[in-house]
Amino acid sequence: MSNSKGKKSTTRRDFLKSGLFIGAAATTGIGLFSSFTTPKETKGEKVKVMTSDGNLVEVEVNKLEKPNLPKFDSASLDLNELQKRGREGIAGKKWVMVIDLSKCRNARKCMDACQHAHHLKPEQHHINVLQMQTDDNLAPYYMPKPCMHCDNTPCTKVCPVDATFKRQDGIVLIDNERCIGCRFCVAACPYSARVFNWSETIDEKKDNNDTYNIELNVPQKKGTITKCLFSADRLRENKLPYCVSACPNGTYWFGDRNEDAVTNGTTGETVRFSELVEKNAGYTLMPELGTKPSVYYLPAKDRVFDFDEEDKKRLEEERHHEH
Amino acid sequence: MSSEKLTKEEAKTRFEKMVSDITRPMTHHYGLNVWIFVLLMILSLFGYAYFIQVRDGLGVTGMHDYAAWGMYIANFVFFVAAALVGMLISAVLGLSGQKWITPVSRIAEMIAVAFAMIAGLVIVFDMGRPDRVLNVFIHGRVQSPIVWDLTVVTTYTIISTLLLVLPLIPDMAIIKKRLTNAPKWQMMIWNMLSLGWIGTPEQYKILHRSIRALLILIVPVALMIHTVTSWLFAMTPRAGWNSTVFGPYFVTGAFVTGVAGVIVAMYFFRQNYKLKDYLTDFHFDKMGKLFVLVAMVYMYFNVNEFFVPGYKMMEGEDHHILTLFVGSWAGLFWFAQIFGNIIPMFLPIFKFFRKPMPLMIISVLAVLGAWIKRYIIVIPGQLHPFLPVQNVPDKFHFYVPTGPEIAITLGTIGMAITIITILAKIFPVIPIWEVAEEKGIDKETINE
Repeated sequence: MSNSKGKKSTTRRDFLKSGLFIGAAATTGIGLFSSFTTPKETKGEKVKVMTSDGNLVEVEVNKLEKPNLPKFDSASLDLNELQKRGREGIAGKKWVMVIDLSKCRNARKCMDACQHAHHLKPEQHHINVLQMQTDDNLAPYYMPKPCMHCDNTPCTKVCPVDATFKRQDGIVLIDNERCIGCRFCVAACPYSARVFNWSETIDEKKDNNDTYNIELNVPQKKGTITKCLFSADRLRENKLPYCVSACPNGTYWFGDRNEDAVTNGTTGETVRFSELVEKNAGYTLMPELGTKPSVYYLPAKDRVFDFDEEDKKRLEEERHHEH
Repeated sequence: MSSEKLTKEEAKTRFEKMVSDITRPMTHHYGLNVWIFVLLMILSLFGYAYFIQVRDGLGVTGMHDYAAWGMYIANFVFFVAAALVGMLISAVLGLSGQKWITPVSRIAEMIAVAFAMIAGLVIVFDMGRPDRVLNVFIHGRVQSPIVWDLTVVTTYTIISTLLLVLPLIPDMAIIKKRLTNAPKWQMMIWNMLSLGWIGTPEQYKILHRSIRALLILIVPVALMIHTVTSWLFAMTPRAGWNSTVFGPYFVTGAFVTGVAGVIVAMYFFRQNYKLKDYLTDFHFDKMGKLFVLVAMVYMYFNVNEFFVPGYKMMEGEDHHILTLFVGSWAGLFWFAQIFGNIIPMFLPIFKFFRKPMPLMIISVLAVLGAWIKRYIIVIPGQLHPFLPVQNVPDKFHFYVPTGPEIAITLGTIGMAITIITILAKIFPVIPIWEVAEEKGIDKETINE
C-alpha cells in the first residue's frame, strides 16, 4: 500500500513541477485539480481545462502560460496555503446555525450529503439525526446534531498538539496532518460530536492523490479525528453548508451572527437571527455545561408524527442497554 | 542497633555472609531461563499484536466512538498508580524516620522505575498515529493535561531512577570487589555506577545529602503524576469523571496498589532469592499495617466519590452510580471494591493475615482489584454520554476488548516485569550497605 502511495505522489509532484496549471488550479479549485493527476503531458498534446466561468475548453499544453508566481515547491505551497487560511478562518464572520426541530421530518438528506462530502463510513456521523423521546408521555421528535462549535470548547482545550482549534470565525476545525490520535477530544466532548477513523478510511486509496483540505477534512486519514466542520470549504465559496442546502424540509438556518442574519437552506429566505431565536424560544443544548454553542435549536412544537414500531423498539432497546 | 558490641572479626564474618546471601541470586538464579522464556513469549505476542494494530489501525481493538478510551488508558492509570509506591515507601516513610523500610526500599524503587518507564509507552501504544509522537514536543500545548502528564511522568521517571541509582553506589563498590568472576559487561556497569566509591566521610556526606534532596523533591512530583493523570478524566464534563476529589482519590488509590505490589514482590524475592533473613516476618507485619492504613484513607475517598453524588442523584450521575452499584458493571465494581479496598482494610488488622503467605494472597487480589478499578473508572462513563447513542452498529453500546488489545496490554505488563527482572539480576534487591549499617557493622568493614 505504502508503495503505491509513494509512486502516485511522485507522479503528481513531477507533473506539478512543470508548473503549468497552477493558475488554473488555484482559480477553479479542487475539482479541476484532481482531474489533472494524469501522467506527464508532452508538447503539442491537448488538455481539457475549465475556465473561470465554468466552460470546458481544449487547449494545447504548450500554449498554457506559466503563472507569474514566485518559485516554490508547488505541492507543498498548496498544502501550506490551505492549512494557513484554514487555520485563520474567514475574517469578520461568526457563523451560527439554527435548527428548527418542528420542521425536521427525519429525511436524513443532511446526513447523506455530509457523509458523501466528507467521505465518511455509514456509522460515522458529522451530523446525526437523533430520535429524542425523553419521556414515555411526551411525543417523540427528531433532532439533527452537528458539532456545536462551542465558544468555550472542551475539545480544543485538551488537545496536546493544537490539531483541533477554534478559528476567528468561530469554527472548530481539525488538522488531520497533525492529529496524533489520542482521542482526548472525543472523551471531552459532551455532545458526542467527534468521530475517529479507527481503521482504513472509506476512500483511502482513491483520495491519496488529493492535497489535504483542512476545511473539508478530506482525505480522511486512518488514526485521526474527524467531525462536523460547518462546511468551512463551502463557506469559503459563499455557499451554505452541505447539510443545510440538502434539507428538503426547511429545518436549517445558517448565517453570520455579526450580520445578525440567517438564511434558510431550503427556502432561501433570510431573517434576523436574534429575532428568530427570541420569538421561537430558541435554546442551546446543555447550556449548564457552559460550552456556549454556536448551534441553536427551535423547540419541537407541533409534534405531528409518531415514531414507527421499529423506532419504538429500538429506543426501548437502547434504554434497556443503559441499565 | 547493637553497634560497638561486634568485634572486628565478627563484623567481617557477618558482613561477608550478608553480601553472599544477597548477591547469590545474581549469580545463581534457578529458573531464570524459564522465566525469561515466558517473558519473551509474552513480548513476542505483544510484538505481533502491535504490528497488527499499526497495520490495520485502532479498529482492531474493541474501542469505538462511544468508548474512545479503553483498556489501554485503564492500564496506563494502573501503571502510574503502581509507580507511585517508590515515593510512598522511600520518601514519605523514609523522611519520617521509619527504619524498617530499609530492606524494602530498593524493591519499591525498582517497581517505581519499571512502571513509570513503561507508562509513557502505554500511551504511545494507545495512539492512533504513534508515528507522530514527536508532535507532542514540536506542537505541544501547555494547556493540555496530556502535556502536563507527559512532563511529570518523565520527571518522576528521572528522579526515581536517580533514587534507585544513588543508593546503589556503595553497593556497587562492595560487589565489584567480590563478584570478580561475573561477566565483563556486568563488571563494567558495577564499576561505572560505583563512581569511585571508597567510603570517605566526604563521600558519605555528599551521598546522604543528595538522596535526601531527591526524597524531598519526589514527594510533590509523585503527587502531581497521579493528580494530573486523574485530571485526564476530571477535566471533562462527563458523569462519573466530573469530580473534584479525583486527584486525591487517585493518589490514595495508588498507595493501596503500590503497597500491594511491593508485598507481592517482597514475597517473590523472599521465596525465590532465599532472603528470609532480610525480608522477615517483621517486615511483612509492618507492610500489613501500612496496607490497613492506606486502605482506610482510600476508603475515605471512595465514600466521598460515591456517597456525595449518590445522595443527590443528579441527572447523569444517578445513572452512572446505578450502573456501577446494581447495574451491568456491578460484578466488576464490587470485586474491585471488596478485594481492592475492603479486604485490605480489615483483614490485615488481625495478626494472622500479616504473615507473609496470607498477606501475599490478599495483595495479589488487591492488585487485580486495583487494575479492574481503573477499568471501571475509564470505561462505563463513556458508554453513557449525555445524548443518545444512535445510528451506529449495536456493538457501540458495549465495550469488549479484543485479542490484540489484551495481548498488547499483557505485553506492557510483561515489559515492566522484564525491567524488574533485569534490574534484580544486575543489582542487589536489598541495599547491602544500609542494612549492614543498621545491623551495627562499621563503615570501615563495609568499604573494605
